Amino acid sequence: MITKRIIACLDVHDGRVVKGVQFVDLIDAGDPATQAARHAREGADEIVLLDITATHEGRQTLLDTVRRTARELFVPFCVGGGIRTAGDAAQVFDAGADKVSVNSAALADPALIDAIGRSFGAQAVVVAIDARRNPEAADPVRDAQVFVQGGRKLTSRRAVEWAREAESRGAGEILLTSMNADGTRAGFDCELTAAVSESVNIPVIASGGAGTVEHFVDVFGRGKADAALAASIFHFGISSARALKEELFKAGVSVRLPC
Amino acid sequence: MRVTVIDYKAGNLTSVLKALRHLGAETVVTDGNLSLVEAAERIVLPGVGHFAATERLDSTGLTSAIRATIARGIPFLGICVGMQWLYAGSSEAPAQPGLAHFAEKCARFSESKEKVPHVGWNSLEIRPDSRLLAGVEPGEYVYFTHSYKAPVTADTAATTYYIEPFAAAVERGNVMGVQFHPEKSGAAGLKILGSFLMWKG
Repeated sequence: MITKRIIACLDVHDGRVVKGVQFVDLIDAGDPATQAARHAREGADEIVLLDITATHEGRQTLLDTVRRTARELFVPFCVGGGIRTAGDAAQVFDAGADKVSVNSAALADPALIDAIGRSFGAQAVVVAIDARRNPEAADPVRDAQVFVQGGRKLTSRRAVEWAREAESRGAGEILLTSMNADGTRAGFDCELTAAVSESVNIPVIASGGAGTVEHFVDVFGRGKADAALAASIFHFGISSARALKEELFKAGVSVRLPC
Repeated sequence: MRVTVIDYKAGNLTSVLKALRHLGAETVVTDGNLSLVEAAERIVLPGVGHFAATERLDSTGLTSAIRATIARGIPFLGICVGMQWLYAGSSEAPAQPGLAHFAEKCARFSESKEKVPHVGWNSLEIRPDSRLLAGVEPGEYVYFTHSYKAPVTADTAATTYYIEPFAAAVERGNVMGVQFHPEKSGAAGLKILGSFLMWKG
């Protein structure tokens, strides 16, 4: 049976894993290669590395980091952050990523999705969507507003229609972050996740709000998520993918248990 | 041992090369040098993307070279679209023939309430006499990402269920294929690649 994926997410700044609240008060949380290997060993189904360095010099550091992290990593490896062109994506693939995640650049130029998909296949293109419920709209969930630049800038796009367009352009997966839930540790936004997941035929990765095992059970059930991103829950040994999956298994969720 | 990896410009070879090198193999990549195929000790045909991309194998002469090399008993492993190419063709690109080493054709997953593509970790039901999958635990999970699949036949080495049963691995003599990505399937995947590297006729 196909299993629900638990994806470990590493936020990386200047070649180091960092942890902070909304990208401020960053705390050093270790070496990306070491952290990625540990998560994979502990049963994470996939690793996402999100680069939050915005500088030009940071791009070379990122490629080095990707190369180092990919070297001993034999589970799917997705890299996001600052990928603006198909050329940027090609460099990241060449450094060892299996997938790239695009967000702001895809909203600015949706043809970027087509371009990367054509060269590297749809399975290699993850479209990340940061969305906030829109209390003004008739349907606050389906019409959740899409933001770019790390949630700082509102766009005219709506979560469900943008996810569908991304799919039609050849995205292989959607990484959906609820800005309402992010950082709260109060649970995923299951309504938003379900609305997007039921509108597309590609996998939806839920992100934002994870705090407990029950939150994952909920987003895989009610939220219809195909995968869930776990970031802060894994840092500093708070919980491991193994511990999380054992609990999910007991709760009846189909997961790949590490041996 | 040396492995010739075929590049037909369908996606990224980095992960496959990395896994083979991790296992101690020396890798040679070719996108059309037929002598490298003819002299190969082992051949890996990776592939992500569209079945139509295998047209490049025909136009470069690689198809004929691979066919001849396989006939000499050289071990061959196709991965994902590389496995599908071993069949007669695929409904993904009906005008493009495959190698037809296996007589059947690949087809898209049937319409259902489940999503297509099939993406993620799914389990293997392994035929006990499979040499490629020797030592892999029954029910072991491996990583898939595909919308088309090969049917279950007498040559099927492992079956996986998603919407319907399909061939996760195929094996007849020196010709092997896996629908999943062994290079992305953790320790189990490396074990399978290792068995391919050790395969002897």
